[in-house]
Amino acid sequence: MNSNYETVIGLEVHAELKTATKIFCSCSTAFGAEPNTQVCPICSGFPGMLPVLNKKAVEIAIKAGLALNCEIAALCKFDRKNYFYPDLPKAYQISQYDLPICKNGYLEIDLEGEKKRVGITRAHMEEDAGKLVHQGNITSTPFSLVDLNRSGTPLLEIVSEPDMRSAQEARAYLEKLRSILLFAGASDCKMQEGSLRCDANVSVRPWGQKELGIRTEIKNLNSFRALERAIEYEAQRQIEAIEDGEAIIQETRTWDEEKQITRGMRSKEEAHDYRYFPDPDLPPLKIEREWVEQLKADLPELPDQAQQRLMEQYGLPPYDAAILTLTPEFLEYFDQCLSLYNDAKQVSNWMMGELSKYLNQYDIEIHDCKIKPVALTRLLTLIDEGTISGKMAKDVFAEMFATGKEPDVVVKEKGMVQISDESTLLKMIDGIIEANPGVVEDYRKGKEKAFGFFVGQVMKATKGQANPAVVNSLLKERLKSE
Amino acid sequence: MELYELGLYELRDKLNREEASVHEIIESVLRRIHQVDGRVKAFVTLDEENALQKADQLKREELRRGRIAGLPFALKDLICTRSLRTTCCSRMLEQFVPPYDATVAARLNAEQGILVGKLNMDEFAMGSSTEFSAFFPTHNPWDLERVPGGSSGGSAAAVAADEVPFALGTDTGGSIRQPAAFCGVVGLKPTYGRVSRWGVVAFASSLDQVGIFSKDVADCALVMNIICGYDPLDSTSINMKVPDYTSFLSTDIKGMKIAYPREYFQQGVDKKNRELVMAALKKYEELGAIVEEVSLPHSEYALPAYYIIAPAEASANLARFDGVRYGLRDFEADNVTDMFSRSRAAGFGAEVKRRIMLGTYALSSGYYDAYYLKALKVRRLISNDFEQIFKDFDIIISPTTPTTAFKLGEQSNEPLTLYMNDILTVPINLAGLPGISVPCGFSDGLPAGMQIVAKPFDEGSLIRAAYAFEQNTAYHTVKPSLGGE
Repeated sequence: MNSNYETVIGLEVHAELKTATKIFCSCSTAFGAEPNTQVCPICSGFPGMLPVLNKKAVEIAIKAGLALNCEIAALCKFDRKNYFYPDLPKAYQISQYDLPICKNGYLEIDLEGEKKRVGITRAHMEEDAGKLVHQGNITSTPFSLVDLNRSGTPLLEIVSEPDMRSAQEARAYLEKLRSILLFAGASDCKMQEGSLRCDANVSVRPWGQKELGIRTEIKNLNSFRALERAIEYEAQRQIEAIEDGEAIIQETRTWDEEKQITRGMRSKEEAHDYRYFPDPDLPPLKIEREWVEQLKADLPELPDQAQQRLMEQYGLPPYDAAILTLTPEFLEYFDQCLSLYNDAKQVSNWMMGELSKYLNQYDIEIHDCKIKPVALTRLLTLIDEGTISGKMAKDVFAEMFATGKEPDVVVKEKGMVQISDESTLLKMIDGIIEANPGVVEDYRKGKEKAFGFFVGQVMKATKGQANPAVVNSLLKERLKSE
Repeated sequence: MELYELGLYELRDKLNREEASVHEIIESVLRRIHQVDGRVKAFVTLDEENALQKADQLKREELRRGRIAGLPFALKDLICTRSLRTTCCSRMLEQFVPPYDATVAARLNAEQGILVGKLNMDEFAMGSSTEFSAFFPTHNPWDLERVPGGSSGGSAAAVAADEVPFALGTDTGGSIRQPAAFCGVVGLKPTYGRVSRWGVVAFASSLDQVGIFSKDVADCALVMNIICGYDPLDSTSINMKVPDYTSFLSTDIKGMKIAYPREYFQQGVDKKNRELVMAALKKYEELGAIVEEVSLPHSEYALPAYYIIAPAEASANLARFDGVRYGLRDFEADNVTDMFSRSRAAGFGAEVKRRIMLGTYALSSGYYDAYYLKALKVRRLISNDFEQIFKDFDIIISPTTPTTAFKLGEQSNEPLTLYMNDILTVPINLAGLPGISVPCGFSDGLPAGMQIVAKPFDEGSLIRAAYAFEQNTAYHTVKPSLGGE
């Protein structure tokens, strides 16, 4: 990237609030149901239907706001955002325009050990729209179908300040925001299910320039990776355009996942005039201070506090602490392990290593993982006791992950018990030394590599079950003695 | 006397004394409808079969449980009725059958009232003459050449023509009180928030309120007891105790303080209409009330503010009629945007389109502050005017309308003239106050109405003042001559 330019990024994140029912009616918000089975006359915009605000949605929005260090408004209101689209049943979305429920917050991201604060301008409540189902794609489909299951799902739109300066920072912000919302119990934050969605505002400016450049808004960012790639692409596109003497147009662009490019959707001139005005069906919402204080007092441990605890209590490095606090489930798993086993670093290594590897590979949530903390810590104990080697433990882990079997059972079934008995091993070692006088000569002349040959031979003879530490020390002793 | 001529109390007595059956009452009303509605044209949908069926199914013990058990009524056709089409008198919803009952309809059903049909109105309640119904105009029972007023013209005409003893309508800027005045019946618009709007198709949500047309004040009080009250499904309905309105049916108004605003008696209001109300005020003085002239200085700004706020809200409320989920859809369109435009172009009449455009404009970026925001400020000032007066007075009295019923076709091409009909009723909606129109005499053989306005949630005072006047005059007993049997 051209180093004469600085990239400036702000994110608008839509998080589905974790309520059982929709924001203005009592339909279920569960994901994945048959189309149009979670609808009623209210969320499908029938004539004469009126919204009634879901108190739980307000409560969760307040909690999210508090977790993001926001001020919670004493008085906020709902407005109508008017536009026609087939998935928007009332042809207006109930949102919050000039009096959002939360404002002036921030969160901190960790950039290679350095903390950076990213401002949160505001967070407001709104209802989600339904979705369209096309045959093929939107431009060529002969017709489209409307599914209103999602219509009326409560959302919190969280708008950041343009405080981020790289795609990596943007990603770190989104990851941190996600952890905070997860820890606060505010949202499921599943990007692939759409319960966490992100738009990025991107501009570039020459280093040192104070004014922000003209920004574009990128939509359709469905993963952390898409967010990073899209920002990198867009910043580069803007820099090249400026270098070529072109003006950047303020516009909305979409991320084309297939081609890995951003494409223009509509310019500012074509932008909707949403004609916001206060929704006369909903009286202004007064929020009692006592309620906010109560919710604040009841807030669970948040990622920053949890990280601090892991570093102080267990002496874990910041990197480990950050990974372990990405989701409350991950942290809970760690905490459960630590209630059974006391080597925190060892647990951390295995969680960040094998466990994460398999969870990602098979796309499994940690709470669905067949290896429970009690089994993992038992596995670690088997290593500590010398029953199996670390390398063997990895094979055992794989079997446990696939079958849910106890580590002792796997070890036994596979006949994987480690051979640590010195006399057994010595017999083998002596035989190997006798059979390979040339290699012994090489080693004694200083060819260190030859040592590996002997280890390999022992492992081969024991089908990998020899205790490597014991083999090492016995070999060393035998090889130098004559 | 025929059963269809009787009010609710009288019909209830007949049933209690077993002098009439529910079947006879419903049959009588249906006969009357067949007799006169070809000329009046108040009904857009008649539900004879269900009405008779329900009449025959009502058991004796149920008759005692419901306050209007076995008594017929009809609803303005924007009050949703489960399984019975609700059209808003628009091509857009001509075939629309709601899967739900509006709260007010459910409340009347729960009292075992019998719905006989749905009543004509200006399309989506936009108009003051019922000529903007997409189907046909309604005729004033007092003079079939004249309009019944609007937008609830069908409701007013049906009660005036003895087609039903009572009907519900809605009032956004005068849509109950003006047609009640034109048709010589009682029309009450409760305080905003007193009656649930759930299931009532919205015109302007911050102004709409469901109310009652009846033959006299006592019947009105009886129906008020049924329809008023908190509804958790309507966030703007107010959770407060509803008094027994029939307890206000007293002629004792000694010491009641009545204000009459000079702005409501100025030019633009027919001399005869003013004189009739001044005579009514005399009557009140005779009955022991204290009557004083007052000023509501911001009155002249009410109409322009109303014609910003109401269309602005309507432009959003009516946006849902896009042809996607229900209602009229154009199947010829090439794409979805085209489908929206063509469906809406075909589904809405000229007046509805005019107001949608007015409202869209008023909310547009760059105009919002100058129009919508300004109108909201005016609304506040108008409310303040009323608050000031109500510090010293119990009620405010004025003519309901500047004129009596005008001729069909006379104003329908002049929107501004037509809008002037609302000039005396609109401020009451802007302030959210309760208002009633009661017959107060005749001008050239046409009924004139007197508007009584009270403090928020003080419908009791309206009923007391209206009842006292009614009991000391005979205007409500004079009926239009549509010809009997």
